[in-house]
Amino acid sequence: MSALGGGYFKTSYEADLALVDTRLRRLALTALVLVLLALPRFASGFVLDLVSQAAFAAIGALALNVLTGLAGQISLGHAGFLAAGAFTTAALVERGIVSPLVTLPATALVGGVLGLVVGIPSLRLKGLYLALGTLAMHHVVLYAAGEMQARAGGNTGFTIPAPRLGGLVFRGTVAWYYALVALAALVLVLVVNLQRSRAGRAWMAIRDRDVAAASVGIDVARYKLSAFVWSSVITALAGALFAYHRGFVSVEAFGFFVAVDYIAMIIIGGLGSALGAVLGAAFVTLLPYAIDALVAGVSPDAAQYYVFPAKFGAFGLLMALFLVFEPLGLVGIWRRVRNWVFLWPFRHRPLRASS
Amino acid sequence: MAQALATTLVVASLYALLGAGYVLVYRASRVLNLAQGDLLTLGGYFLFATAATFPGAPALALPLAAALSALTGVLVYVALMRPMAGHPVFAAVLVTVTLGILLRAAIVFVFTDRTRHPLQNLGLSNPPRPLAGGAVVSTFDLVMVGAAVALFAALFVFLKVSPLGIRMRAAGERALLASQRGINFHGVFALSWALAAFAGGLAGMIYSSNVRLEPSLGILGLRAFAVALVGGLDSLGGVVPAALLVAAVEVASVRWGNPLLSDVSPFLCLLVMLLIRPWGFFGTREELERV
Repeated sequence: MSALGGGYFKTSYEADLALVDTRLRRLALTALVLVLLALPRFASGFVLDLVSQAAFAAIGALALNVLTGLAGQISLGHAGFLAAGAFTTAALVERGIVSPLVTLPATALVGGVLGLVVGIPSLRLKGLYLALGTLAMHHVVLYAAGEMQARAGGNTGFTIPAPRLGGLVFRGTVAWYYALVALAALVLVLVVNLQRSRAGRAWMAIRDRDVAAASVGIDVARYKLSAFVWSSVITALAGALFAYHRGFVSVEAFGFFVAVDYIAMIIIGGLGSALGAVLGAAFVTLLPYAIDALVAGVSPDAAQYYVFPAKFGAFGLLMALFLVFEPLGLVGIWRRVRNWVFLWPFRHRPLRASS
Repeated sequence: MAQALATTLVVASLYALLGAGYVLVYRASRVLNLAQGDLLTLGGYFLFATAATFPGAPALALPLAAALSALTGVLVYVALMRPMAGHPVFAAVLVTVTLGILLRAAIVFVFTDRTRHPLQNLGLSNPPRPLAGGAVVSTFDLVMVGAAVALFAALFVFLKVSPLGIRMRAAGERALLASQRGINFHGVFALSWALAAFAGGLAGMIYSSNVRLEPSLGILGLRAFAVALVGGLDSLGGVVPAALLVAAVEVASVRWGNPLLSDVSPFLCLLVMLLIRPWGFFGTREELERV
């Protein structure tokens, strides 16, 4: 992964396995961790909330990236997995089981089973047909959730108390900021490691050409299902987090456009890249606030009903522009800038350099 | 029972109009147009705009709105779908999702999100009509059924007999071969998109006259894609039985289930179909491998 294109050689297996390999990267990572740790000291609650939201979105985007970016299985049903996780938690809380030590494993189990069920059609269906199947699954999950909500009497949704872990209570902006950022980092490391493991390589082979993957001995059925299960377990856990974080679960929060949001994140970030998923999640989360600020700066008295379509439209327009002009997403832009900085005055990497 | 039959027929007509749009677009671009529902909404708003411009002149407002809908289809093809040729299907489908978002944003921008009733400006009324057997439907319910029957009859004749229709079928079958025989497939595909947008717009005009008009009508389109898939994504003839089936299941689930179940019933039909016969009633089996 040497950006300098030569002169840096790894001399041990440990060095080859290390996620952070050069001094510059170690320095950058330390700086990032320090900034994230110290942020609550000098940033306002609003900024912390934004970062928390982006971290939460990053978890979902990383999970979708495993399925769509790495394994190449298109899913329009991501919001369905999220809803399944959130409503599993809500159902358990409703029955008096509030400890996250019970709800989170239960949610993971439900997510895994759902992923398996949705994944099985992927053994027969490809592309568009699979996407439609996942979309149908999304509606079925929402129907089940809606039934549950209607049965519970209070038609608006479920209230979830703040989770307790031992003596620790997750309540308030700062606590959730640390929890969500730490969990997002955890998921990021997990996904990066999955990506370079046997499973990740198998997924990428299936994505690029399933017939070729099968002919070199990859068990296509098994790895397709494992991609679905990994993705759905992480997403369902994100759904449980959503329930605890917001303290409220309702069907309305998991519409089709939530799934579109997540797809936009991994497209804008860059398909198949963990860094891209994080960048895309931050971008899509912050975009509406940026437009709000922009509109407030340009014309403070603009009618509110113009702001909503402007946000919605800008979001759609950006997604289309990225799809057509920059399929590698933000990560592609970042790599080009980085290469340009490191390689200047040359334009291209040396041919023999490790990529 | 007669009421249930009548309702099924009306709902099936709406789904058939939308399903025709899905199939026409799929045959042209091998893409499922997830913006079809928003093209429906747009048709309704075109009618609202033309009716407001020419109040009391439905003979002018209706054809104008229909023409605007068809024109939108051509514009979408030229501006969005033609550049997406050669890109992965996934990207093209997402572009249609994007198109839906943009259309909805544009509609809210121009017309705000208030609920509208274009019929008021049109100077027409929508009285209930009793049918044989004690069923009652509204006038525009009947118009919907008539429009669906007329559209399918016209499409059938057009595709079977007219040279342009035969070219459209050829290009839909295999664009490369068609272009080598001198068929201007870009023109043909633009026409397919125009027809799809016209069918969707027509459904939107009738639906908005009948019920109401608001930017979120596009959700109807999501439900109607189940129809296109159950019938076979590349089979126009499959749309009719599929629309009847999905509508019947939906009406039955309202009668014996609850409204929530009826909302999800098209998707249940879709899932069952995907499991037992993914290429649909009359679809081509090879399509599964090609996408």
